[in-house]
Amino acid sequence: MTLTLSQLRLPLGTLTLELDTALTGRVTAIFGPSGSGKTSLLELIAGLRRPAAGAIRLANITLTDVDAGTFVRPEHRAIGYVPQDGALFPHLSVRQNLLYGFASARPRPTGLTLEHVTSVLEITPLLARATPSLSGGEQQRVALGRALLAAPRLLLLDEPLAGLDTPLRERLLPYLARVRDEFAVPMLYVTHSPDEVMALCDSVLVLANGRVAARGRPAELFQPSARPRYEFRG
Amino acid sequence: MSAEAWQITWFTVGVAALSTLAILPFGVALAWLLARRAWPGKSLVETLVALPLVIPPVATGLILLKLLGRRGPLGAWLESTFGWEIVFTWRGVVVATAVMSFPLLVRTARVAFENVNPRLEHVARTLGAGPWRVFTTITLPLAARGLVAGSLLAFARALGEFGATMMVAGFIPGQTATLALSIYHLVQLGHDSEALVLLGVSVALAFAAIWLGEWILRRRPA
Repeated sequence: MTLTLSQLRLPLGTLTLELDTALTGRVTAIFGPSGSGKTSLLELIAGLRRPAAGAIRLANITLTDVDAGTFVRPEHRAIGYVPQDGALFPHLSVRQNLLYGFASARPRPTGLTLEHVTSVLEITPLLARATPSLSGGEQQRVALGRALLAAPRLLLLDEPLAGLDTPLRERLLPYLARVRDEFAVPMLYVTHSPDEVMALCDSVLVLANGRVAARGRPAELFQPSARPRYEFRG
Repeated sequence: MSAEAWQITWFTVGVAALSTLAILPFGVALAWLLARRAWPGKSLVETLVALPLVIPPVATGLILLKLLGRRGPLGAWLESTFGWEIVFTWRGVVVATAVMSFPLLVRTARVAFENVNPRLEHVARTLGAGPWRVFTTITLPLAARGLVAGSLLAFARALGEFGATMMVAGFIPGQTATLALSIYHLVQLGHDSEALVLLGVSVALAFAAIWLGEWILRRRPA
């Protein structure tokens, strides 16, 4: 999977997001301080925002091209999006949440079933529960399962562990690794945490002030000596 | 209660219900547009919709009378096209109560839509749902309590409408006589005890509608 961002530009109040790059990793970390344009970048890729200029291509499909007037609507992009708070639909049960995108008529890889996804994420016992009764970690796993079941070609995760305390973060990391290994969906993973980058990602894009500040492999960017350079607090 | 008092009560409830149902689709659509979309002329429309709340109801009634009278631009068209006479008929009562209660519905519904987290709608789009499916399965259910409460508020306002109704429909016993118009008429004639019966009915109906609306709004989510 190659995600190409060609001369992409989006003004965001005080800064302007300007990117011209291609992302090829299985799990690519988008790393950077708050206000560096990470969430806006995910929204551009998901089709929830339109850029002022530039183009976005996923493999050989053009999703957005301002010059050509191309804009694929978010519901036709097959790009999953998991925001920080999970954004589960509070009026639907866990099962209804999980099946919300399952009904759409996308081609589905074999093995992508409700049973398989819920067993990998260990949420099968929650299926009948009301969404607001779930803990933070349970909500995140359901949100992840819901995005997976819609058969995305690319999964965007916006700081999925940021709202959780450290012990819970450490318990959830293995689930993300399992999703990566079990379902082989390419992911963009927005995070503040070098630990999460090291545990999950095979490449890193560092954003600062709306531009690419650095890119490379996690081990190159987060060596003990280099680590303070990218120690951001949000 | 006398047969006449029952007739007045049922007429008022029927007219209020009809006017609420008539404004519901427009009010909900406008509230959604105000809550979720930016468009030219939005603040002008907002102001126009709020006007009936603040200008004297009799003045609103006079505007409607000029528009909807037989020689008015809208009234002449409605009569020649559909054969509908509006002024001094039950239809005039419905129009007057609809216009007067419309702002209350739109304001309540707008707040209800604004309280729905847009991120839920965004996520639903990425899960493959088009705008209409998102509206019917996410936005509408999450705003439902506010919409019902707004409808009940509009219904309660319609039950008590006086000034605009008096101008557009007049007081014609058995044809346009609502609770409010009848109370005024009976007091004018010195029939205070009959007016008091209708007063009791008015208060009970309005109390029930408002109380139900508040209860729905304040109820904990299921």
